[in-house]
Amino acid sequence: MSEAWVTVLAAVFGGALRVSTPFLFVSLGECITEKSGRVNLGLEGTLVFGAMVGYAVSYHSGSPWWGVLAAGVAGVCFGALHGWICSLPRVNDIAIGIAMMILGLGLAFFFGKAYVQPTAPRLPTLDLGGFATHPAVRAALQINVLLPIGAAIAVLIHIAMRYARWGLVLRTVGDSSDAARALGFNVNAVRALATATGGFLAGVGGAYLSLYYPGSWNEALSSGQGVMAVALVIFARWNPIGCFIAALVFGGAGSIGPALQAVGVQSGYQLFNAAPYVLTLVIMLWTSSSERTLAGAPGELSLTR
Amino acid sequence: MNLASARDSTLRFIGAVVVGLLLFGFFVWAIGKSPLEVYATIFEGGFASSFAWQNTLLRAAPLVLTGLAVAIPAQAGLMVIGAEGALVLGGLATAALAAHVPGPALLIQALALAVGAAIGGAWLGLTGLLRAKRGLNETICSLLLSYIAIAVFNHLVEGVLRDPASLNKPSTIPINDKLMIGNMPGVDVHWGLAIGVVCALVAQVVLSRTTWGFALRVTGGNQRVARMAGLPVTVLLVAACAAGGAAAGLAGGIEVLAVHGAANASLIVGYGYVGILVAFLARQQPLACVPVAVMLGGIAAAGSLLQRRLDLPDATTLVLQGFLFICILAADALPARMLSLRRKAPAVEGAAKAPVAPAAIAVPVVPEPAAAPIEIVAPPSRHEATAPPPTTLIQPAS
Repeated sequence: MSEAWVTVLAAVFGGALRVSTPFLFVSLGECITEKSGRVNLGLEGTLVFGAMVGYAVSYHSGSPWWGVLAAGVAGVCFGALHGWICSLPRVNDIAIGIAMMILGLGLAFFFGKAYVQPTAPRLPTLDLGGFATHPAVRAALQINVLLPIGAAIAVLIHIAMRYARWGLVLRTVGDSSDAARALGFNVNAVRALATATGGFLAGVGGAYLSLYYPGSWNEALSSGQGVMAVALVIFARWNPIGCFIAALVFGGAGSIGPALQAVGVQSGYQLFNAAPYVLTLVIMLWTSSSERTLAGAPGELSLTR
Repeated sequence: MNLASARDSTLRFIGAVVVGLLLFGFFVWAIGKSPLEVYATIFEGGFASSFAWQNTLLRAAPLVLTGLAVAIPAQAGLMVIGAEGALVLGGLATAALAAHVPGPALLIQALALAVGAAIGGAWLGLTGLLRAKRGLNETICSLLLSYIAIAVFNHLVEGVLRDPASLNKPSTIPINDKLMIGNMPGVDVHWGLAIGVVCALVAQVVLSRTTWGFALRVTGGNQRVARMAGLPVTVLLVAACAAGGAAAGLAGGIEVLAVHGAANASLIVGYGYVGILVAFLARQQPLACVPVAVMLGGIAAAGSLLQRRLDLPDATTLVLQGFLFICILAADALPARMLSLRRKAPAVEGAAKAPVAPAAIAVPVVPEPAAAPIEIVAPPSRHEATAPPPTTLIQPAS
């Protein structure tokens, strides 16, 4: 294999590991929310606000981990607000999500002005590539500890959805609110809780953006990961493990363009930015049909009806 | 929509705006600024002078059209949020045509705008086609297409369509000044605003006064019923999305021909996303998009004045929009029920008296309204176009 190929492959792989973490957290958050039968399109706002709060708290406290926690708590607030408003009768969860996105972006930019300049302590790097001789490979294997944590959370959610009581309650509420009500569950409370949990994960994903990669706070920090989360969850068929795979695929696809640019391919790299979107669209096309809803979709989900 | 429910939703809208402004005032107060001063500055920056109005209307012009891009598919029951993509591709097509094709100004202008609208329409029409043929969710599909459109736009603007003279900011070849859309007589606002208003008017008339519009709304109310009634559902869904996309593409074309003079990154500033806001605040009614766009344009126009005078970040207007949007959407829930209950109280008695004993035996559905009068006299105002109140259906039977 030639040198350029190793570089490109390592860059794509490394990009997948590096870029996928926010995708992973935000899609896990969206997955939990959607499993309860609601869509939260506002995770983009939560993500960006979480990034701002994480950066600010890390700057003031001196510890990036406090920043991660604060970002999660901020995400809980956004999720709970979304969950509460959507509990009101005749309120459209998609529209509220867009409203929350605008509010979250607005608040993040509003309070974030003061933090564009200062440098906050960043999350530490986990160096797994010590064995490798190729510098590109070694660079690719520098990951953040949030990635394995996210993977563990994905496995945990997957097992809990299957075997734990709250996982079953969540799925019941998401598949048939009537059945859940008949069983005595408070549908709105479960959904609000699920949305708040989803908000926590999205906030943590935002903290990764500002505290690790790209690793600074500015208004163009997110490239739409929060909005893409909805597509990712569909790609993953509402399966948390699938979310992990989807996050890697999306991260890798987004890194093809810059990787090719690095080895001198100059034309058409803009088109590679569209690769994840085209991929999602193709997979959606491939797996859908007009006769049935998507396999694995929660029955109450307004998106797929 | 009858008069009473129009009054109802207007009341609700105003109430929600007041609550949203109060919340925003509290927010401003909490960070140590005077709410009254901020309100006054927003009003001054958006609506108080002819200069402010010019600024407001310039911002409102594309928003009317991107609002339509969401509102028209919404009438067919589709939540399309990818107007941004149709807008940038429409703008690019308009710019390319106007810069390269020679001819008389008026003809080229019309042709360029038409091509822009057609490209936008085709782009979003694809969403409708995928929805109707393959059951793909239109919200996600249009969003993905929008990202793809922006990548295609960047690829073309930095590639084959690039003006070699544009170094730092890749642009298409600038359009001849003679081809630019001028201002309307008497005001410093370009003709694009008038085009937007006319489009809103036409859309409203088509939707509420023609069989096509009726068929579209039936499809939006219940697709299965529409299919059973023999309506061409696929065609209607595609047409609704294409019409929305055409509006967005036209918005992009107008921005290019009246403001920027070429297609470049200035076109991608989120007009398509704000259009979602416009449509929802207008309750998906095309004509209502006009005042809503003006309101949002005014808020946005006030941003720089807020920054200069009160030293607030320009994201302040985004925060205000967020508060307003959430309040107006949440207002769909509670006050509607309370208002309509009070208003229709006498009708409950009428409905309860109307079904006499023989009717109750002959038609089994009749006891239901008497048993659950509250549910029936308070129909959600959004659905009344497709679901007339049951009381009127029952009266002829008795």
